[in-house]
Amino acid sequence: MTGRGAFVSGSGKRLTGARLVAMLAIALVACAIVAVLAPMIGRGNTGHLELLGGDLFTPGTMDHDVFGIRLPRVLASLLTGAALSGAGCALQALLRNPLADPFTLGISSGSSLGAVLAIRIGAESAFGFGAIGVAALAGAILTMLAIWKLAQVGRHLPPATLILAGVAIAMFCSSASLVIQYTSDMTDVEHIIVWMMGGFDIVRIAWIRDATLPIFVGLVVLVVYSKEMNALAAGEEVAASLGVRVARTQRVLFVVSSLLVGSSIAVVGPIGFVGLVVPHALRAIIGPDHRALMPVSMFGGAIVLTICDTLARTVIPLHHLPTGAVTAVLGVPVFFTILIANKNKAGLWGRA
Amino acid sequence: MWVELTSVDVALGGKPVVRGVTAGVDAGELVVVVGPNGAGKTTLVRAIAGLLDVSGGTVRCFGKDPIAPDRRALAQELAYLPQHYELAFPFVVEEVVLLGRYARQRGLGLASAEDLAAAERAMAATDVTALRARRFDELSGGEARRVILAQALCQGARCLVLDEPTGGLDPAHARGVFEMLRAHADGGAAAIVVTHDLDLALRYGRTMWLVAGGRLAARGAPADVLASAATREAFELAIHVGTLPSGLPFAVPA
Repeated sequence: MTGRGAFVSGSGKRLTGARLVAMLAIALVACAIVAVLAPMIGRGNTGHLELLGGDLFTPGTMDHDVFGIRLPRVLASLLTGAALSGAGCALQALLRNPLADPFTLGISSGSSLGAVLAIRIGAESAFGFGAIGVAALAGAILTMLAIWKLAQVGRHLPPATLILAGVAIAMFCSSASLVIQYTSDMTDVEHIIVWMMGGFDIVRIAWIRDATLPIFVGLVVLVVYSKEMNALAAGEEVAASLGVRVARTQRVLFVVSSLLVGSSIAVVGPIGFVGLVVPHALRAIIGPDHRALMPVSMFGGAIVLTICDTLARTVIPLHHLPTGAVTAVLGVPVFFTILIANKNKAGLWGRA
Repeated sequence: MWVELTSVDVALGGKPVVRGVTAGVDAGELVVVVGPNGAGKTTLVRAIAGLLDVSGGTVRCFGKDPIAPDRRALAQELAYLPQHYELAFPFVVEEVVLLGRYARQRGLGLASAEDLAAAERAMAATDVTALRARRFDELSGGEARRVILAQALCQGARCLVLDEPTGGLDPAHARGVFEMLRAHADGGAAAIVVTHDLDLALRYGRTMWLVAGGRLAARGAPADVLASAATREAFELAIHVGTLPSGLPFAVPA
């Protein structure tokens, strides 16, 4: 097997402390650059002052645009990008499948169903702005519990039954969402569609404040379990004989990933593709060792989602494209490039 | 006794697969487990490795039930090589071997000098040092087998439980594996090895267990077990044990 590029093969070397530090430093610097530049890019007052509370600065001034409107958006995209990408990476390890993501397991669909239901019954006018987010998080948790009960074999959560249960639940939830939309009036339908597209136009600073700590804790837990994820790649039985508490690891990864996804969706709606593509692309570049891949994926997700959102709000003057759509439109060609490179070299996953 | 089986029954999907096995393995032992396909050899060693529940009797590894939740403590004493091994992600050989150090690592588990030395020894023992930077999923079947054997050796356990470690290996490497296992046992460790390589089992095994129909049908010196009526009955084939001009024994279907 000759001529395999470094891009496809990953590192080809074991992870050392120096390489880990170097990768994290690069990721951190790149993330910091994006975080500083993104709020400075934009085209003046976007008219969303009322959503932010309206008391930060005088509308129309530069300070107001940068700190009052764009900074919360950037913070939200950094946070949810890291959460979605970290959760995707963990689910890929849990399911031992590089094609897994929050959508495969139905968590996203369940979360969306919660939000759609909340919009349909008018929860927002009854309980305030946070009601849809709370409903989305509740939907994610209920879906997670249902999938767990369906997929459980003894104390274990075997990948095959998890995927089956997840796909079935995803189908159920998206169909139920359609039924609800069909029975809604036009105002609610529009509201549902805007929410389903996923984006940061609706971000409120209070949500970011509430979601930061739980998401941060979840990300730390995933990094702590990266050694176990490496062992799980060899299968449940091998992992167990290497000394891993497989059942506990599976439960932790499943619950933490679900909560990360639920929290993200509660803040910005369902944004696809980041959770699938970012860990997948990074695995091809830096190798599959989760001790590096997991934290680098989190930074990568934060960077990619922030860039996508910045493009979404600046590409067409005075129009904000839905961020979720921009993510996929830009993500798919990148994904195909990686796919084709892998296919030509060594089979899709190296198994021809 | 390092490994102690007392009247062990195992049922898979309600069907009894292992029935009433009583046996023990101690330091210095090299047990070769032979028997026809579907006799229950793999199920027996999986029970020893604590990977499935027994339906009757008891299994003790170093005095403890191997199914106990403290997998890390067991993994430091006992390494298990499964018959089938599939890696989900494209790790390279050295990374796969170092996975064997999991039970001895804390925190993030970056390889220590001790881990690296153990990996070097293990890779040398199975002749995969030259493959260290190759992707595991691009190796041939025999090469991959030797890499995961290195992973099990790297674990640093006193007792090795290996399910067909020489499956797919060329004759020279297969013999190398048994020589290494014999040296391991002679050095005061122990190994339980499932194999269909009757020649090598005869030459290097200290004790042979014949498993047939889930039972331990015969047990003893390999030459005696292979020549026994129980073996002929189990394989529905007589095994001829002879001596080469060089003086080494061999076994072939008669």
